[in-house]
Amino acid sequence: MERTISYREAVNEAHVQEMERDERVFVFGLDVDDHKRIYGSTASLVEKFGPERCFGTPISEDAMTGMALGAALSGLRPVHVHIRVDFLLLAINQIANMITTAKYMSGGDLEVPLVIRAVVGRGWGQSAQHSKSLQSVFAHLPGLKVVMPTTPADAKGLLAAAIRDDGPVVVLEHRWLYDTKGPVPAGELVVPLGKARTLRSGRDATVVATSWMAVEALRAADLLASRGVEIEVIDPRTISPFDADAIVDSVGKTGRCVVADNDWSFCGFAAEVAATVSERCFGRLAAPVARIGWAFLPCPTSRDLENHYYPNAGQIVRAVETQLGVEPMGLEGVDFYTYENRFKGPF
Amino acid sequence: MQRDIKHELELYRRMRLIRRAEEKIVEHYGEDEMKTPVHLYIGQEAVAVGVCDALHPDDGVVGTYRSHGVYLARSEDVEGMFAELYGRTTGPGKGKAGSMHLAKPSAGLLMTSAVVGTTIPLALGIAFANRRKQNGRVGVAFFGDGATNEGVFWESVNFAAARRMPVLFVCEDNGLAIHSRREHRQGYRSISEVMRGFDFHVAHSDSTDPWEISKLTREMLARQREDGLPVFLHLECYRYVEHVGIREDRDFHLGYRRSEEFEHWWSRDPVNSARERLLESGVSADDLRALEARIEERLTRAVALARSAPLPTLDALWEDA
Repeated sequence: MERTISYREAVNEAHVQEMERDERVFVFGLDVDDHKRIYGSTASLVEKFGPERCFGTPISEDAMTGMALGAALSGLRPVHVHIRVDFLLLAINQIANMITTAKYMSGGDLEVPLVIRAVVGRGWGQSAQHSKSLQSVFAHLPGLKVVMPTTPADAKGLLAAAIRDDGPVVVLEHRWLYDTKGPVPAGELVVPLGKARTLRSGRDATVVATSWMAVEALRAADLLASRGVEIEVIDPRTISPFDADAIVDSVGKTGRCVVADNDWSFCGFAAEVAATVSERCFGRLAAPVARIGWAFLPCPTSRDLENHYYPNAGQIVRAVETQLGVEPMGLEGVDFYTYENRFKGPF
Repeated sequence: MQRDIKHELELYRRMRLIRRAEEKIVEHYGEDEMKTPVHLYIGQEAVAVGVCDALHPDDGVVGTYRSHGVYLARSEDVEGMFAELYGRTTGPGKGKAGSMHLAKPSAGLLMTSAVVGTTIPLALGIAFANRRKQNGRVGVAFFGDGATNEGVFWESVNFAAARRMPVLFVCEDNGLAIHSRREHRQGYRSISEVMRGFDFHVAHSDSTDPWEISKLTREMLARQREDGLPVFLHLECYRYVEHVGIREDRDFHLGYRRSEEFEHWWSRDPVNSARERLLESGVSADDLRALEARIEERLTRAVALARSAPLPTLDALWEDA
């Protein structure tokens, strides 16, 4: 029987195993070694590997990211951790101007084996500066890989792959996923970057869903199945490089595509998927591609507004029904955002 | 450290190589074959040559877009430099770096950057890796006084002091950030005065003598090895040429530069002064002319080599990505 652990434990296990395997790996960032350990994801690292391989930093995202680059150029493999992706904007210069250009401008002389982990998305009344996702911002930069693990197994396997990769990788982990559980092998697990995963097969429509939206898509799949509609849920897992073939193959089969991205849709990853499907599946599409994303606004705080801001399985159900041209099913009494009932903040 | 003629001659040779390489750029720039913005180092040669003379080949250095001097002081690679300026495959960046990103990791110059201040924190990471390897080497960042206006400078200084990072920060203070004078940009008299409030070894010099700068750097690095505190060198110098481009910037009526400043620094020009010192020390004019002729030959050959070297094929666009 497969072992079941939480997403946070899976992330932690990837750190431990990669640090045991390769002494060049070190983990640093604000609060990685405090008593909370980034929601437990960096638990035990300082005890196991010492303060030279796991240490907290001042609140200096720009300089600390530059330091990661300097260390990566000098033979180490840094993992730089941020408890909120929003803080990474203070380091965007190092990412966009330095980290992603070093290899190209050196004519291939330099490699930048560097991982930036950041927690994204919805928490609990986090408002506009603790709630972003930003995968499209990072994926827009050539020279940077961007991954968004949804399942605990992918959280472990993709982080291990990111650490082993010789280029820079941004790993975005959704706050709400930390308590989700799933089967995760105890031993070494490396999930190749750039490969999508089909979370559920179906014949009627393809739903491409990232990060937390994949959880919503699976919920939508259950709801739709109760009325005989079978959707295929594809989790791209890696935003860049993008596994277009997996999505094209699926849409080729279903003829319909809904993109539910854990982000704003405008100029975002959802637009990239929609454009790709339009270019490569045009003749097979039975309906226009639909995009589901956050309201194109700063995130509000008040709970009802927050619920209105973030889409859920209900919108995915409606989008699929529209594409199929069927009557909307009754969703009265369906409890959305059930995770909220368990998550009591404050962070 | 005692003065000796051989060493001084070598320092002069390196400065002369940098000065003449820059002047070669000026000579050929109008031909429009070097299609890369150049930020010339003319006037500041003593800093790169003096500091790099004190470094170990394995010390990891990062620099700025005004790094022709540091590049040559570190690598002597005039052939690679001109190849890169001409956008050729034989340049260290295979034509993808140009003047502003001139670097040579194999010679201990890891990266240079066209965004002010951005390479400073790399020295922390280089230092961190060196400490892990226990190799006794330091991370070195060259940056201008304009970079001290950037937040990342202060973040880096704070971290270096708080964690005793083995770094050498070299502030090349030419008094100008593009066209903005120091007094318009900083709310304190002197960066070295402020730096004395941090747990750093701090030294200031306005010498144009590379030997003195080398000696000072060696002394400071010795103190760093003793107690582990990082080093800040505040080295005043002067930029003769415009911020970017090849024009001598003596438009004193524009107001950002004063003629008496220029006269002051020109009278202590690092290359001329070193030459005079050598003559006074008994080196013959003939010997100096022979050394200078070898530099001319090498530069002329480097330019010719670069111009005849292959340009990248279009496939190269997608290579090394």
